[in-house]
Amino acid sequence: MSILVLAEYHDGQLAAGTAHVVGAAQAIGGDIDILVAGDNVAGVAEAAARLDGVSRVRVADAPVYAHQLAEPLADLLAQLADDYSHVLAAASTDGKNVLPRVAALKDVSQISEILSVESADTFKRPIYAGNAIATVQSSDPLKVITVRTTAFEPVADGGAASVEALDIVASSTLSRFIGEELAQNERPELGGARVVISGGRGMGNGDNFKLLDGIADKLGAAIGASRAAVDAGFVPNDMQVGQTGKIVAPDLYIAVGISGAIQHLAGMKDSKVIVAINKDDEAPIFQVADYGLVGDLFEILPELEQKL
Amino acid sequence: MKVLVAVKRVIDYNVKIRVKPDHSDVDLTNVKMAMNPFCEIAVEEAVRLKEKGIATEIVAVTVGPKASQEQLRTALALGADRAIHVETDERVESLAVAKLLKGVVDEEQPDLVILGKQAIDTDNNQTGQMLAALSGMGQGTFASEVAFGDGVEEGEIRVTREIDGGLQTVALKLPAVVTTDLRLNEPRYAKLPDIMKAKKKPLDTRTPEALGVTVASGLSLLKVETPAERKGGIKVGSVDELIDKLKNEAKVL
Ligand SMILES: Cc1cc2nc3c(=O)[nH]c(=O)nc-3n(C[C@H](O)[C@H](O)[C@H](O)COP(=O)(O)OP(=O)(O)OC[C@H]3O[C@@H](n4cnc5c(N)ncnc54)[C@H](O)[C@@H]3O)c2cc1C
Ligand SMILES: Nc1ncnc2c1ncn2[C@@H]1O[C@H](COP(=O)(O)O)[C@@H](O)[C@H]1O
Repeated sequence: MSILVLAEYHDGQLAAGTAHVVGAAQAIGGDIDILVAGDNVAGVAEAAARLDGVSRVRVADAPVYAHQLAEPLADLLAQLADDYSHVLAAASTDGKNVLPRVAALKDVSQISEILSVESADTFKRPIYAGNAIATVQSSDPLKVITVRTTAFEPVADGGAASVEALDIVASSTLSRFIGEELAQNERPELGGARVVISGGRGMGNGDNFKLLDGIADKLGAAIGASRAAVDAGFVPNDMQVGQTGKIVAPDLYIAVGISGAIQHLAGMKDSKVIVAINKDDEAPIFQVADYGLVGDLFEILPELEQKL
Repeated sequence: MKVLVAVKRVIDYNVKIRVKPDHSDVDLTNVKMAMNPFCEIAVEEAVRLKEKGIATEIVAVTVGPKASQEQLRTALALGADRAIHVETDERVESLAVAKLLKGVVDEEQPDLVILGKQAIDTDNNQTGQMLAALSGMGQGTFASEVAFGDGVEEGEIRVTREIDGGLQTVALKLPAVVTTDLRLNEPRYAKLPDIMKAKKKPLDTRTPEALGVTVASGLSLLKVETPAERKGGIKVGSVDELIDKLKNEAKVL
């Protein structure tokens, strides 16, 4: 068996999720290659080559791959896929954008967001917002899979894979990049943070999210939000945790002014320890919280910040 | 321009699901069904394009059993002009849905196809991307805004996409596929007179055979289980007690 992992990177830095995807590839077993596609990505390729368990890093360096647009990237992956039994990517917005396109080009199914590897062709994945877990088996010659990164341990650094340049330049007449608005954030990445503190509609407005800042600083936490908080314009979309936002599984998750709708729980209920702060002692979030504190967040948050 | 909208019949998003005792699947008997929320957003966007004079005709399509005509009627009540039902009682995986939708695209030649980003039953998030690949179209997934003219050329659509780090904007050559994210719009409710009128709008039926598609899939569902239930914990009485528990009991501080 041989597995191709699509590397993800931001700002020229290999994303933490890629090491988790290689972890999933190791659970399948076989030779593992990484594809790095982009414009000026030598640094990313070097970082990928250091991941344990990787045999070869294949680099497609061309402007057409600069923004990970699905059309050229899927064409590239589809051309490479014949050498592999599995193609894997993180279940990130990039992975979800491109892998189904690759699968369709190869006329095979795609398996979304796997949680575990039962064997090389059998996987577990969440359905119905994680309220059920399906075991699925694929008889396709090629398995195209996105991986829930929080469900797999990352591989360590310490490898020394070979790096090989590819000269496949896909055409891109279907789409073109216009622009990007990326949230500037000094805090740890939501998906990888050890502590996450999230605010919901109960925060009242965007300004009040500052009440979470001091606590996040002290705990080294990432800040998340419920859909209601994002829809109301309190915070940007990339902070949404849940079924249709980011999936997190930190050691400590603190939900503030969040009621605990199943769509929100889908994104955080695998956290090790859950704390809920809510003024409604009947809020469903308390049914999953290890420690619940009933009260007004506007009194509790300043006190918590001061006493930590 | 002609807009094709794909809608799926799924369990209502408020319903708490039950797994069948034999673990073969989720139990859908006597469960409230509805249009997938992301598909409601897709229909709404098509209707808004028509209200702006950009879309001239909206065709709603679904793949599923007879009962899914209910969701087509909802789409018609919300403003679709006609509907196409691809009827099958089989379990249809995303790839097969995409092939069936491609069959409809080939017949209808729409300028724009709008789908939801994900169906809330399978949580697949695949069909739009697959349809785009099969039809040789560009794809604007997870859209929070679509526009025409505004900075893009004639014959293109501008799509703002919700991505992990923030927002990305792309221009796609038409015809193109767009999949909707939650913040694209807020869907309206159907009004009673429109529900009555929808009963008279045309609804055509197709079969997978007629579209030349076999719905068999390389994927088999072996088992469905309920995840380990998370037990609720305790309520603490004060911030001091909370910090103490986190430090000394949970040991996460
Ligand atoms: C298709 C679909 C997908 C969805 N995806 C997601 C998703 O990915 N993520 C997500 O989060 N949601 C998602 N939702 C929305 C979800 O159903 C809920 O509407 C949402 O999570 C509610 O957010 P909330 O808990 O912040 O708001 P609310 O439910 O309004 O809860 C606010 C809470 O704040 C408490 N509160 C208010 N004031 C105070 C105070 N002063 N002090 C303490 N507590 C206070 C209240 O008691 C209440 O419990 C989705 C919905 C649909 C239909
Ligand atoms: N059976 C179906 N009939 C019509 N449209 C569908 C069907 N299944 C999926 N879709 C469309 O594809 C979107 C994404 O679904 P999925 O890829 O299954 O998560 C949905 O929101 C629909 O727009």
